[in-house]
Amino acid sequence: MKICTSAMGVIFRREFSAYFATPLAYVFVLIFLVLSSVFTFYLGGFYERSQADLTTFFNFHPWLYLFLVPAISMRLWAEERSSGVIELLTTLPITQLDAVLGKFLAAWAFCGLAIVLTFPLWITVNYLGAPDNGIIIAAYWGSWLMAGSFLAIGCCMSALSKSQVIAFILTVVVCFLFILMGFPLVLDLFTGWAPSILLDAIAGLSFLTHFQSVSRGVLSLHDTLYYFTMIVVWLAATVYVLQVSQD
Amino acid sequence: MIVIDKISKHFGSITAVDMISFSVSTGEVLGFLGPNGAGKSTTMKMITGYLPPDHGTIQVCGFDTVDSPLEAKRNIGYLPEGAASYGDMVVQDYLSFIADIRHLKKEKKKRALDSAITNMALEKVLWQKIETLSKGFKRRVALAQAILHDPKVLILDEPTDGLDPNQKYQVRELIRNLSTDKIVIISTHILEEVGAVCSRAMIIAAGKVVADSTPDELARQATQAALPQQHGHDILPALNEVFRTLTAGSMQ
Repeated sequence: MKICTSAMGVIFRREFSAYFATPLAYVFVLIFLVLSSVFTFYLGGFYERSQADLTTFFNFHPWLYLFLVPAISMRLWAEERSSGVIELLTTLPITQLDAVLGKFLAAWAFCGLAIVLTFPLWITVNYLGAPDNGIIIAAYWGSWLMAGSFLAIGCCMSALSKSQVIAFILTVVVCFLFILMGFPLVLDLFTGWAPSILLDAIAGLSFLTHFQSVSRGVLSLHDTLYYFTMIVVWLAATVYVLQVSQD
Repeated sequence: MIVIDKISKHFGSITAVDMISFSVSTGEVLGFLGPNGAGKSTTMKMITGYLPPDHGTIQVCGFDTVDSPLEAKRNIGYLPEGAASYGDMVVQDYLSFIADIRHLKKEKKKRALDSAITNMALEKVLWQKIETLSKGFKRRVALAQAILHDPKVLILDEPTDGLDPNQKYQVRELIRNLSTDKIVIISTHILEEVGAVCSRAMIIAAGKVVADSTPDELARQATQAALPQQHGHDILPALNEVFRTLTAGSMQ
Protein backbone atom coordinates (compact mmCIF):
# COMPACT_ATOMS: atom_id res chain seq x y z
CA MET A 1 0.00 0.00 0.00
CA LYS A 2 1.40 3.35 -1.02
CA ILE A 3 1.32 6.44 1.16
CA CYS A 4 -0.12 9.52 -0.50
CA THR A 5 1.33 12.41 1.47
CA SER A 6 -1.14 14.99 0.16
CA ALA A 7 -4.19 12.95 1.17
CA MET A 8 -2.55 12.23 4.52
CA GLY A 9 -1.86 15.94 4.93
CA VAL A 10 -5.48 16.86 4.26
CA ILE A 11 -6.69 14.32 6.83
CA PHE A 12 -4.05 15.54 9.28
CA ARG A 13 -5.16 19.18 8.99
CA ARG A 14 -8.83 18.31 9.38
CA GLU A 15 -8.22 16.12 12.40
CA PHE A 16 -5.87 18.55 14.10
CA SER A 17 -8.26 21.48 13.73
CA ALA A 18 -11.14 19.26 14.89
CA TYR A 19 -9.56 19.17 18.36
CA PHE A 20 -10.00 22.91 18.62
CA ALA A 21 -13.52 22.97 17.17
CA THR A 22 -14.81 21.52 20.43
CA PRO A 23 -13.78 22.23 24.04
CA LEU A 24 -11.92 18.89 23.98
CA ALA A 25 -8.51 20.42 23.28
CA TYR A 26 -8.74 23.07 25.97
CA VAL A 27 -10.10 20.71 28.59
CA PHE A 28 -7.46 18.13 27.80
CA VAL A 29 -4.54 20.54 27.87
CA LEU A 30 -5.79 22.12 31.10
CA ILE A 31 -6.21 18.77 32.86
CA PHE A 32 -2.85 17.59 31.61
CA LEU A 33 -1.09 20.69 32.90
CA VAL A 34 -2.88 20.68 36.26
CA LEU A 35 -2.32 16.97 36.87
CA SER A 36 1.31 17.02 35.82
CA SER A 37 1.95 19.94 38.20
CA VAL A 38 0.09 18.25 41.05
CA PHE A 39 2.08 15.07 40.54
CA THR A 40 5.37 16.91 40.33
CA PHE A 41 4.96 19.25 43.27
CA TYR A 42 2.82 17.30 45.75
CA LEU A 43 3.28 13.61 45.05
CA GLY A 44 6.78 13.97 43.65
CA GLY A 45 8.06 16.35 46.29
CA PHE A 46 9.73 18.64 43.78
CA TYR A 47 10.88 21.20 46.37
CA GLU A 48 11.78 18.70 49.08
CA ARG A 49 14.24 16.98 46.77
CA SER A 50 16.13 20.28 46.35
CA GLN A 51 17.46 19.12 43.03
CA ALA A 52 17.31 21.15 39.85
CA ASP A 53 15.91 18.49 37.55
CA LEU A 54 12.57 17.33 36.21
CA THR A 55 12.85 13.66 37.20
CA THR A 56 9.76 13.83 39.40
CA PHE A 57 7.82 15.42 36.55
CA PHE A 58 8.76 12.78 33.99
CA ASN A 59 8.40 9.83 36.36
CA PHE A 60 4.66 10.37 36.52
CA HIS A 61 4.18 10.62 32.78
CA PRO A 62 3.45 6.92 32.14
CA TRP A 63 0.65 7.07 34.74
CA LEU A 64 -0.70 10.33 33.42
CA TYR A 65 -0.75 9.00 29.86
CA LEU A 66 -2.43 5.82 31.01
CA PHE A 67 -5.69 7.73 31.47
CA LEU A 68 -5.29 10.83 29.35
CA VAL A 69 -4.05 9.37 26.08
CA PRO A 70 -6.94 6.87 25.76
CA ALA A 71 -9.26 9.84 26.20
CA ILE A 72 -7.82 11.29 22.99
CA SER A 73 -7.53 8.07 21.03
CA MET A 74 -10.92 6.58 21.89
CA ARG A 75 -12.76 8.75 19.39
CA LEU A 76 -10.36 8.28 16.47
CA TRP A 77 -12.27 5.46 14.78
CA ALA A 78 -15.12 4.59 17.15
CA GLU A 79 -16.71 7.97 16.47
CA GLU A 80 -16.41 7.55 12.69
CA ARG A 81 -18.06 4.17 12.98
CA SER A 82 -20.98 5.23 15.12
CA SER A 83 -21.67 8.39 13.10
CA GLY A 84 -21.32 6.58 9.77
CA VAL A 85 -18.59 8.96 8.57
CA ILE A 86 -16.36 5.93 8.09
CA GLU A 87 -18.44 5.12 5.00
CA LEU A 88 -17.67 8.53 3.56
CA LEU A 89 -14.00 8.25 4.44
CA THR A 90 -13.71 4.79 2.88
CA THR A 91 -15.37 5.85 -0.36
CA LEU A 92 -13.14 8.91 -0.85
CA PRO A 93 -10.13 8.30 -3.09
CA ILE A 94 -7.64 7.73 -0.26
CA THR A 95 -6.15 4.56 1.15
CA GLN A 96 -6.85 3.35 4.65
CA LEU A 97 -3.19 3.83 5.47
CA ASP A 98 -3.45 7.54 4.57
CA ALA A 99 -6.43 7.91 6.87
CA VAL A 100 -4.84 5.96 9.74
CA LEU A 101 -1.57 7.89 9.50
CA GLY A 102 -3.26 11.27 9.10
CA LYS A 103 -5.43 10.69 12.15
CA PHE A 104 -2.62 9.26 14.24
CA LEU A 105 -0.18 12.04 13.40
CA ALA A 106 -2.78 14.69 14.21
CA ALA A 107 -3.42 13.11 17.61
CA TRP A 108 0.31 12.75 18.23
CA ALA A 109 0.96 16.36 17.27
CA PHE A 110 -1.80 17.39 19.64
CA CYS A 111 -0.16 15.40 22.47
CA GLY A 112 3.12 17.07 21.55
CA LEU A 113 1.47 20.45 21.95
CA ALA A 114 0.19 19.53 25.42
CA ILE A 115 3.68 18.34 26.39
CA VAL A 116 5.35 21.49 25.06
CA LEU A 117 2.92 23.61 27.07
CA THR A 118 4.51 22.31 30.27
CA PHE A 119 7.45 24.61 29.51
CA PRO A 120 6.83 26.82 32.58
CA LEU A 121 8.15 23.91 34.66
CA TRP A 122 11.31 23.89 32.62
CA ILE A 123 11.66 27.64 33.12
CA THR A 124 11.09 27.11 36.85
CA VAL A 125 13.95 24.63 37.27
CA ASN A 126 16.23 26.85 35.24
CA TYR A 127 15.32 29.75 37.49
CA LEU A 128 15.85 27.76 40.66
CA GLY A 129 19.07 26.09 39.70
CA ALA A 130 21.24 24.89 36.86
CA PRO A 131 19.76 21.68 35.51
CA ASP A 132 21.26 19.67 32.67
CA ASN A 133 19.02 20.85 29.84
CA GLY A 134 20.25 18.11 27.53
CA ILE A 135 18.76 15.54 29.88
CA ILE A 136 15.50 17.44 29.99
CA ILE A 137 15.22 17.67 26.21
CA ALA A 138 15.97 13.95 25.87
CA ALA A 139 13.32 13.18 28.47
CA TYR A 140 10.77 15.35 26.67
CA TRP A 141 11.50 13.51 23.44
CA GLY A 142 11.20 10.13 25.17
CA SER A 143 7.95 11.17 26.79
CA TRP A 144 6.50 12.22 23.44
CA LEU A 145 7.56 8.90 21.89
CA MET A 146 5.87 7.04 24.72
CA ALA A 147 2.70 9.09 24.21
CA GLY A 148 2.85 8.03 20.55
CA SER A 149 3.00 4.35 21.52
CA PHE A 150 0.01 4.75 23.85
CA LEU A 151 -1.84 6.54 21.04
CA ALA A 152 -1.06 3.83 18.49
CA ILE A 153 -2.49 1.22 20.86
CA GLY A 154 -5.53 3.44 21.40
CA CYS A 155 -5.94 3.89 17.65
CA CYS A 156 -6.15 0.12 17.20
CA MET A 157 -8.57 -0.35 20.12
CA SER A 158 -10.75 2.44 18.76
CA ALA A 159 -10.93 0.69 15.38
CA LEU A 160 -12.17 -2.45 17.12
CA SER A 161 -15.34 -0.95 18.50
CA LYS A 162 -18.21 1.38 17.75
CA SER A 163 -18.31 2.45 21.38
CA GLN A 164 -15.88 5.07 22.61
CA VAL A 165 -16.28 3.83 26.19
CA ILE A 166 -15.21 0.32 25.22
CA ALA A 167 -12.32 1.76 23.21
CA PHE A 168 -11.23 3.77 26.26
CA ILE A 169 -11.35 0.81 28.64
CA LEU A 170 -9.59 -1.55 26.22
CA THR A 171 -6.83 0.99 25.66
CA VAL A 172 -6.29 1.55 29.39
CA VAL A 173 -6.11 -2.20 30.00
CA VAL A 174 -3.66 -2.90 27.16
CA CYS A 175 -1.47 0.10 28.02
CA PHE A 176 -1.52 -0.91 31.68
CA LEU A 177 -0.31 -4.39 30.73
CA PHE A 178 2.53 -2.89 28.72
CA ILE A 179 3.53 -0.73 31.68
CA LEU A 180 3.30 -3.62 34.14
CA MET A 181 5.41 -5.99 32.08
CA GLY A 182 8.54 -4.57 33.67
CA PHE A 183 7.24 -5.04 37.22
CA PRO A 184 7.84 -8.05 39.48
CA LEU A 185 4.04 -8.45 39.63
CA VAL A 186 4.06 -9.78 36.08
CA LEU A 187 7.62 -11.06 35.93
CA ASP A 188 7.13 -13.22 39.05
CA LEU A 189 4.53 -15.21 37.16
CA PHE A 190 7.27 -16.35 34.84
CA THR A 191 10.33 -16.61 37.07
CA GLY A 192 11.29 -20.11 38.08
CA TRP A 193 9.88 -21.92 35.08
CA ALA A 194 10.35 -19.73 32.03
CA PRO A 195 13.77 -19.38 30.42
CA SER A 196 15.50 -16.12 31.28
CA ILE A 197 15.49 -15.09 27.65
CA LEU A 198 11.68 -15.01 27.78
CA LEU A 199 11.79 -12.99 30.99
CA ASP A 200 14.10 -10.48 29.35
CA ALA A 201 11.86 -10.33 26.31
CA ILE A 202 8.78 -9.61 28.45
CA ALA A 203 10.58 -7.00 30.50
CA GLY A 204 11.95 -5.55 27.27
CA LEU A 205 8.43 -4.94 25.98
CA SER A 206 7.52 -2.77 28.93
CA PHE A 207 6.97 0.94 28.46
CA LEU A 208 8.44 1.57 31.85
CA THR A 209 11.75 -0.20 31.32
CA HIS A 210 12.39 1.93 28.28
CA PHE A 211 11.08 5.13 29.75
CA GLN A 212 13.16 4.89 32.92
CA SER A 213 16.39 5.22 30.99
CA VAL A 214 14.99 7.91 28.73
CA SER A 215 13.71 9.97 31.65
CA ARG A 216 17.20 9.96 33.10
CA GLY A 217 18.36 11.50 29.85
CA VAL A 218 19.91 8.37 28.36
CA LEU A 219 18.51 8.60 24.88
CA SER A 220 19.65 5.38 23.30
CA LEU A 221 18.84 4.36 19.76
CA HIS A 222 17.53 1.15 21.28
CA ASP A 223 14.74 2.90 23.19
CA THR A 224 13.82 5.18 20.30
CA LEU A 225 13.60 2.14 18.01
CA TYR A 226 11.44 0.35 20.57
CA TYR A 227 8.88 3.14 20.60
CA PHE A 228 8.86 3.52 16.83
CA THR A 229 8.41 -0.23 16.44
CA MET A 230 5.48 -0.16 18.85
CA ILE A 231 3.89 2.66 16.84
CA VAL A 232 4.39 0.95 13.48
CA VAL A 233 3.11 -2.43 14.71
CA TRP A 234 -0.04 -1.01 16.31
CA LEU A 235 -0.84 1.23 13.35
CA ALA A 236 -0.42 -1.72 11.00
CA ALA A 237 -2.81 -3.62 13.27
CA THR A 238 -5.26 -0.70 12.97
CA VAL A 239 -5.21 -0.87 9.16
CA TYR A 240 -5.74 -4.63 9.39
CA VAL A 241 -8.67 -4.28 11.81
CA LEU A 242 -10.31 -1.66 9.57
CA GLN A 243 -9.96 -3.87 6.52
CA VAL A 244 -11.31 -6.96 8.22
CA SER A 245 -14.24 -5.16 9.82
CA GLN A 246 -15.35 -3.85 6.44
CA ASP A 247 -16.64 -7.25 5.37
CA MET B 1 -20.20 2.85 -17.81
CA ILE B 2 -20.74 0.56 -14.88
CA VAL B 3 -20.52 -3.17 -15.42
CA ILE B 4 -21.59 -5.44 -12.60
CA ASP B 5 -20.96 -9.12 -13.03
CA LYS B 6 -22.56 -11.70 -10.74
CA ILE B 7 -21.89 -10.00 -7.43
CA SER B 8 -22.93 -11.53 -4.13
CA LYS B 9 -22.63 -10.42 -0.54
CA HIS B 10 -23.27 -12.45 2.57
CA PHE B 11 -23.45 -11.26 6.16
CA GLY B 12 -23.08 -14.40 8.22
CA SER B 13 -25.84 -16.71 7.08
CA ILE B 14 -27.84 -13.89 5.49
CA THR B 15 -27.52 -13.38 1.75
CA ALA B 16 -27.91 -9.67 1.20
CA VAL B 17 -27.11 -9.64 -2.51
CA ASP B 18 -27.46 -12.78 -4.60
CA MET B 19 -25.68 -12.98 -7.97
CA ILE B 20 -26.76 -9.64 -9.39
CA SER B 21 -25.55 -8.65 -12.87
CA PHE B 22 -26.36 -5.53 -14.84
CA SER B 23 -24.73 -2.63 -16.60
CA VAL B 24 -25.54 1.05 -16.74
CA SER B 25 -24.42 3.47 -19.43
CA THR B 26 -23.89 7.21 -19.48
CA GLY B 27 -27.08 9.27 -19.46
CA GLU B 28 -29.11 6.72 -17.59
CA VAL B 29 -30.80 7.43 -14.28
CA LEU B 30 -31.30 4.08 -12.67
CA GLY B 31 -33.70 3.75 -9.76
CA PHE B 32 -33.29 0.91 -7.29
CA LEU B 33 -36.65 0.03 -5.88
CA GLY B 34 -37.31 -2.47 -3.18
CA PRO B 35 -38.49 -3.08 0.34
CA ASN B 36 -36.17 -2.29 3.24
CA GLY B 37 -33.50 -4.95 3.53
CA ALA B 38 -33.79 -6.00 -0.10
CA GLY B 39 -30.11 -5.35 -0.81
CA LYS B 40 -30.31 -1.90 -2.40
CA SER B 41 -27.89 -0.20 -0.03
CA THR B 42 -25.54 -3.19 0.04
CA THR B 43 -25.33 -3.13 -3.76
CA MET B 44 -24.57 0.59 -3.67
CA LYS B 45 -21.95 0.12 -0.97
CA MET B 46 -20.22 -2.44 -3.16
CA ILE B 47 -20.25 -0.15 -6.21
CA THR B 48 -18.73 2.69 -4.19
CA GLY B 49 -16.02 0.41 -2.83
CA TYR B 50 -17.11 0.55 0.80
CA LEU B 51 -17.84 -3.17 0.86
CA PRO B 52 -15.90 -5.67 -1.24
CA PRO B 53 -18.18 -8.19 -2.99
CA ASP B 54 -17.81 -11.82 -1.86
CA HIS B 55 -18.08 -12.97 -5.47
CA GLY B 56 -18.16 -11.25 -8.81
CA THR B 57 -16.65 -8.04 -10.13
CA ILE B 58 -17.67 -4.40 -10.48
CA GLN B 59 -16.16 -2.08 -13.07
CA VAL B 60 -16.68 1.67 -12.77
CA CYS B 61 -15.54 3.64 -15.83
CA GLY B 62 -13.26 0.75 -16.72
CA PHE B 63 -11.71 0.41 -13.25
CA ASP B 64 -12.26 -2.63 -11.07
CA THR B 65 -13.43 -1.53 -7.63
CA VAL B 66 -11.23 -4.11 -5.88
CA ASP B 67 -8.10 -4.00 -8.06
CA SER B 68 -7.94 -0.24 -8.72
CA PRO B 69 -10.07 1.20 -5.93
CA LEU B 70 -8.64 4.74 -5.98
CA GLU B 71 -9.21 5.24 -9.73
CA ALA B 72 -12.76 3.90 -9.42
CA LYS B 73 -13.48 6.09 -6.38
CA ARG B 74 -12.26 9.23 -8.18
CA ASN B 75 -15.06 8.79 -10.69
CA ILE B 76 -17.78 8.35 -8.08
CA GLY B 77 -19.78 10.80 -6.01
CA TYR B 78 -21.61 9.11 -3.17
CA LEU B 79 -24.40 10.14 -0.87
CA PRO B 80 -24.41 7.52 1.91
CA GLU B 81 -27.62 6.40 3.53
CA GLY B 82 -28.32 8.81 6.39
CA ALA B 83 -26.02 11.41 4.80
CA ALA B 84 -23.26 11.18 7.42
CA SER B 85 -20.88 14.16 7.54
CA TYR B 86 -18.40 15.59 10.03
CA GLY B 87 -20.86 17.27 12.39
CA ASP B 88 -18.22 19.38 14.14
CA MET B 89 -17.24 21.21 10.94
CA VAL B 90 -18.89 24.25 9.40
CA VAL B 91 -20.32 23.68 5.92
CA GLN B 92 -17.70 25.76 4.13
CA ASP B 93 -14.76 23.98 5.80
CA TYR B 94 -16.31 20.58 5.23
CA LEU B 95 -16.79 21.11 1.50
CA SER B 96 -13.32 22.63 1.26
CA PHE B 97 -11.92 19.52 2.98
CA ILE B 98 -13.67 17.27 0.45
CA ALA B 99 -12.34 19.42 -2.41
CA ASP B 100 -8.79 19.07 -1.05
CA ILE B 101 -9.12 15.30 -0.78
CA ARG B 102 -10.47 15.23 -4.34
CA HIS B 103 -7.38 17.16 -5.53
CA LEU B 104 -9.33 20.19 -6.68
CA LYS B 105 -6.94 23.14 -6.65
CA LYS B 106 -7.28 26.94 -6.62
CA GLU B 107 -9.58 28.15 -9.44
CA LYS B 108 -11.03 24.72 -10.00
CA LYS B 109 -11.76 24.32 -6.31
CA LYS B 110 -13.39 27.73 -6.09
CA ARG B 111 -15.61 27.03 -9.09
CA ALA B 112 -16.54 23.58 -7.77
CA LEU B 113 -17.45 24.97 -4.35
CA ASP B 114 -19.45 27.86 -5.81
CA SER B 115 -21.43 25.63 -8.11
CA ALA B 116 -22.18 22.97 -5.47
CA ILE B 117 -23.17 25.61 -2.92
CA THR B 118 -25.46 27.38 -5.41
CA ASN B 119 -26.99 24.13 -6.66
CA MET B 120 -27.84 23.02 -3.15
CA ALA B 121 -28.79 26.54 -1.95
CA LEU B 122 -26.37 26.40 0.99
CA GLU B 123 -25.37 30.09 1.03
CA LYS B 124 -27.26 30.83 4.25
CA VAL B 125 -25.73 28.03 6.30
CA LEU B 126 -22.12 28.18 5.04
CA TRP B 127 -20.71 29.13 8.43
CA GLN B 128 -22.91 26.91 10.57
CA LYS B 129 -21.77 23.68 12.11
CA ILE B 130 -23.27 20.73 10.26
CA GLU B 131 -24.57 19.11 13.47
CA THR B 132 -26.75 22.18 14.14
CA LEU B 133 -28.47 22.01 10.74
CA SER B 134 -31.93 20.62 10.00
CA LYS B 135 -32.27 17.19 8.42
CA GLY B 136 -32.97 18.72 5.02
CA PHE B 137 -29.87 20.92 5.09
CA LYS B 138 -27.70 18.03 6.28
CA ARG B 139 -28.81 16.04 3.27
CA ARG B 140 -28.13 18.95 0.95
CA VAL B 141 -24.63 19.32 2.40
CA ALA B 142 -24.04 15.62 1.79
CA LEU B 143 -25.38 15.98 -1.75
CA ALA B 144 -23.11 18.97 -2.36
CA GLN B 145 -20.23 16.80 -1.19
CA ALA B 146 -21.23 14.11 -3.71
CA ILE B 147 -21.49 16.41 -6.76
CA LEU B 148 -18.51 18.61 -5.84
CA HIS B 149 -15.94 17.07 -8.19
CA ASP B 150 -18.44 16.70 -11.04
CA PRO B 151 -18.14 12.90 -11.03
CA LYS B 152 -19.07 10.67 -13.94
CA VAL B 153 -20.99 8.39 -11.61
CA LEU B 154 -23.36 9.47 -8.86
CA ILE B 155 -24.60 6.96 -6.32
CA LEU B 156 -27.34 8.47 -4.18
CA ASP B 157 -28.81 6.36 -1.39
CA GLU B 158 -32.29 7.73 -0.70
CA PRO B 159 -31.46 11.28 -1.80
CA THR B 160 -34.82 12.82 -0.91
CA ASP B 161 -35.38 11.07 2.41
CA GLY B 162 -36.23 13.64 5.07
CA LEU B 163 -36.74 16.54 2.68
CA ASP B 164 -39.91 18.61 2.48
CA PRO B 165 -41.90 18.62 -0.78
CA ASN B 166 -40.16 21.75 -2.11
CA GLN B 167 -36.72 20.37 -1.42
CA LYS B 168 -37.70 17.02 -2.93
CA TYR B 169 -38.73 18.86 -6.07
CA GLN B 170 -35.39 20.73 -6.16
CA VAL B 171 -33.31 17.58 -5.71
CA ARG B 172 -35.26 15.82 -8.46
CA GLU B 173 -34.75 18.78 -10.78
CA LEU B 174 -31.05 18.66 -9.98
CA ILE B 175 -30.83 14.94 -10.75
CA ARG B 176 -32.65 15.47 -14.04
CA ASN B 177 -30.27 18.28 -15.00
CA LEU B 178 -27.21 16.29 -14.05
CA SER B 179 -28.06 13.18 -15.88
CA THR B 180 -27.24 13.85 -19.51
CA ASP B 181 -23.52 13.21 -19.19
CA LYS B 182 -23.52 11.07 -16.08
CA ILE B 183 -24.63 7.80 -14.67
CA VAL B 184 -26.94 8.30 -11.73
CA ILE B 185 -28.07 5.47 -9.50
CA ILE B 186 -30.61 6.32 -6.81
CA SER B 187 -32.31 4.08 -4.33
CA THR B 188 -35.70 4.83 -2.99
CA HIS B 189 -38.84 3.30 -1.69
CA ILE B 190 -40.88 6.28 -2.82
CA LEU B 191 -42.43 5.10 -6.04
CA GLU B 192 -43.37 8.54 -7.39
CA GLU B 193 -39.68 9.35 -7.44
CA VAL B 194 -38.99 6.60 -9.94
CA GLY B 195 -41.61 7.95 -12.28
CA ALA B 196 -40.34 11.49 -11.76
CA VAL B 197 -36.60 11.13 -12.37
CA CYS B 198 -35.58 7.66 -13.51
CA SER B 199 -35.10 6.51 -17.04
CA ARG B 200 -34.80 2.94 -15.84
CA ALA B 201 -36.19 1.15 -12.82
CA MET B 202 -34.90 -1.98 -11.22
CA ILE B 203 -36.87 -3.76 -8.55
CA ILE B 204 -34.73 -5.65 -6.07
CA ALA B 205 -36.17 -8.16 -3.62
CA ALA B 206 -34.31 -10.59 -1.36
CA GLY B 207 -31.00 -9.75 -3.03
CA LYS B 208 -32.19 -10.49 -6.56
CA VAL B 209 -33.25 -8.32 -9.48
CA VAL B 210 -36.90 -9.15 -10.09
CA ALA B 211 -37.68 -6.50 -12.70
CA ASP B 212 -35.55 -4.22 -14.89
CA SER B 213 -37.25 -1.90 -17.33
CA THR B 214 -38.40 1.68 -17.88
CA PRO B 215 -40.87 2.97 -15.29
CA ASP B 216 -43.51 3.30 -18.01
CA GLU B 217 -43.00 -0.23 -19.19
CA LEU B 218 -43.26 -1.59 -15.64
CA ALA B 219 -46.46 0.34 -15.19
CA ARG B 220 -47.84 -0.89 -18.50
CA GLN B 221 -47.20 -4.52 -17.58
CA ALA B 222 -48.94 -4.03 -14.28
CA THR B 223 -51.84 -2.28 -15.98
CA GLN B 224 -52.36 -5.14 -18.37
CA ALA B 225 -51.94 -7.88 -15.84
CA ALA B 226 -53.68 -6.74 -12.72
CA LEU B 227 -55.25 -3.36 -13.14
CA PRO B 228 -56.99 -3.14 -16.47
CA GLN B 229 -58.98 -0.15 -15.31
CA GLN B 230 -55.85 2.02 -14.93
CA HIS B 231 -55.09 4.75 -17.42
CA GLY B 232 -51.68 4.81 -19.02
CA HIS B 233 -50.51 8.25 -17.95
CA ASP B 234 -51.09 7.78 -14.26
CA ILE B 235 -48.33 5.34 -13.52
CA LEU B 236 -48.12 5.64 -9.77
CA PRO B 237 -50.89 3.22 -8.73
CA ALA B 238 -49.67 0.82 -11.39
CA LEU B 239 -46.09 0.99 -10.08
CA ASN B 240 -47.41 0.43 -6.60
CA GLU B 241 -49.16 -2.68 -7.78
CA VAL B 242 -46.15 -4.11 -9.62
CA PHE B 243 -43.95 -3.33 -6.62
CA ARG B 244 -46.26 -5.22 -4.26
CA THR B 245 -46.67 -8.20 -6.58
CA LEU B 246 -42.98 -8.63 -7.25
CA THR B 247 -41.71 -8.11 -3.73
CA ALA B 248 -44.49 -9.68 -1.69
CA GLY B 249 -42.78 -13.06 -1.40
CA SER B 250 -39.62 -11.59 0.08
CA MET B 251 -41.42 -9.82 2.88
CA GLN B 252 -42.46 -12.95 4.73
